[in-house]
Amino acid sequence: MDFFIIQTLSGISFAAVLFLLTSGLSLIFGVMNIVNIAHGSYYMLGGYIGLSAYWATHNFVIGLLAGAISVGVLGSLMQRFFLRKYVEHFPQVLMTMGFALIFRDLALLIWGGDPFSFPAPEFLQASIHLGGVVFPSYRLFVVLISAAVAFCLWLFNEKTSYGAQLRATVDDKEMAAGMGINVPLVSGMTFGLGALLAAFGGVVAAPFFGVYAGADFEILPLAFLVVIVGGMGSLKGAAVGSILVGLVDNFGKALFPDFSYFTLFLPMAIVLAIRPTGLFGVKRA
Amino acid sequence: MRTVRGLMTESRMKIIGLFAAGVLLLAFPPFLPSYWLTILNQMLIFAVLAMSLDLLMGYTGLASFGHCAFFGASAYAVAILSTRYGSGFVVSALCGVFASVVLGLIFGFLVAHTAGVYFLMITLALGMVIWGLAFRWVSMTGGDNGIAGIPRPDLGLPISFDDPVSFYYFTLIVFLAAFVLLYLFVRSPFGQSLLGIRESESRMRNLGYNTWLHKYLAYAVAGAFSGVSGVLWALYNGFVSPMDVELTSSFEAFLMVILGGAGTLAGPALGAGIIVFLKNFISAYTQRWLLILGAIYVLTILYAPGGLAELVKRITRRPET
Repeated sequence: MDFFIIQTLSGISFAAVLFLLTSGLSLIFGVMNIVNIAHGSYYMLGGYIGLSAYWATHNFVIGLLAGAISVGVLGSLMQRFFLRKYVEHFPQVLMTMGFALIFRDLALLIWGGDPFSFPAPEFLQASIHLGGVVFPSYRLFVVLISAAVAFCLWLFNEKTSYGAQLRATVDDKEMAAGMGINVPLVSGMTFGLGALLAAFGGVVAAPFFGVYAGADFEILPLAFLVVIVGGMGSLKGAAVGSILVGLVDNFGKALFPDFSYFTLFLPMAIVLAIRPTGLFGVKRA
Repeated sequence: MRTVRGLMTESRMKIIGLFAAGVLLLAFPPFLPSYWLTILNQMLIFAVLAMSLDLLMGYTGLASFGHCAFFGASAYAVAILSTRYGSGFVVSALCGVFASVVLGLIFGFLVAHTAGVYFLMITLALGMVIWGLAFRWVSMTGGDNGIAGIPRPDLGLPISFDDPVSFYYFTLIVFLAAFVLLYLFVRSPFGQSLLGIRESESRMRNLGYNTWLHKYLAYAVAGAFSGVSGVLWALYNGFVSPMDVELTSSFEAFLMVILGGAGTLAGPALGAGIIVFLKNFISAYTQRWLLILGAIYVLTILYAPGGLAELVKRITRRPET
């Protein structure tokens, strides 16, 4: 029973990280109709930049902000100068793949191949004891942060005029443009926001996964699985998909270590067989 | 009149190109230094991989980002059968291709009803599932250490394939066979129906084609040819590891097709040649191969979105316009 509780909590905390990653991925898809292959790279770069900022200042919050904001800016610039010029989607996807390779190698060049640990802030280094269950408090903190981000995103999306513009763009780009919404600006902001959230996730996850080369292509397929299962273009889908993939991945690793990646195959296959566009997907080719 | 002349120069260029390539591939290798021979050999192996991916990308319009799954499945099948069970060349090669076909038939169920972005993401995730197996299923695949000591094929002929030149000709024969088969495949009515799906799937469906089945079969056939290149790679390299099925390997295969020109068979083969050459050449001087690979990607999309095949066409047509 304790095993079950601990694994569930770990799974949920991993799901919290996945949500930070996939909410942006999903929004970008909704607005621009592309899938961003460099999204895992933002996650990895966020971790590295946050770590460097932490080394310089010994302040967790500064590390978090530095990682998230600098990668957010990087993403916006990438969208502005390399993606926006294409009307078609496919060259944009290829472009993000090229950048994913460049980012991976640049990170290796700057930070080297050795993994680093990133200490959690001091007040969160203790563990929580509940009956027989011992659980690091930092993981609970991550779940709370992610829930707060989800709430803010929901608030932004449903209650502000920017959110309304965003939703209008997701629904129908041409109509939105006709109503006077600046679609290229919305796309750029969404892309930047997605990059920022992914990098934020990278820093937040660093205290339990560490910062290492190759994190980008390790997390990317999991992020894709989340949006395949949850459906593209929907925040609700990103949340539900994250929890599902987080739990399955965690239990898979604990119960069948030899087949840990393979266990993710099953839920994906089932969802795809029943609902090809995912549980809450926007119906679109 | 002008366009006729344009076509003439183009087809003449094609014939001259093919002839030159044929002479280069057939006559020169015995006189090449062994370093160049191994590079040429690798080029042919990856050319088969790139052409098989092009069947999906260029001809059916489906961008598969996990194509190395098939390549890896057959390479691992050959490695496991020949090192652990001592099976001969014919059995392990057939089982290798069979493994990738079965994989294609299974994965096909998950991807054949999708298109565009969904197809791309699902194939990428499936590719990583295979990577996960190669990496974590240590008792079967050797994990990170891979499987070494795969013997070169023994066909019972008086020639030994341990000799690089004879193994090169073995690869060349397989490459030519794959080229001819794929050429016939894309020209066949079935291949033409794939082109139709690429242009407009809904229209093909309205014409009464079972587009799901066509995509499903195209996926399996592409998997089979990818498997052929996997068999060659296992035999050539004598070693397989999770590196062969990594995401970057699938991206590399993808760039071969884009760089050469999707929708032509010779283009991706040429693209494979260039990428293999650059990889070997650049790796001798610097470790920044991925950086350069990414830069080539970005430059190709910026300046030659149709690939080299398109570029050649543009150049040969220039005097006409």
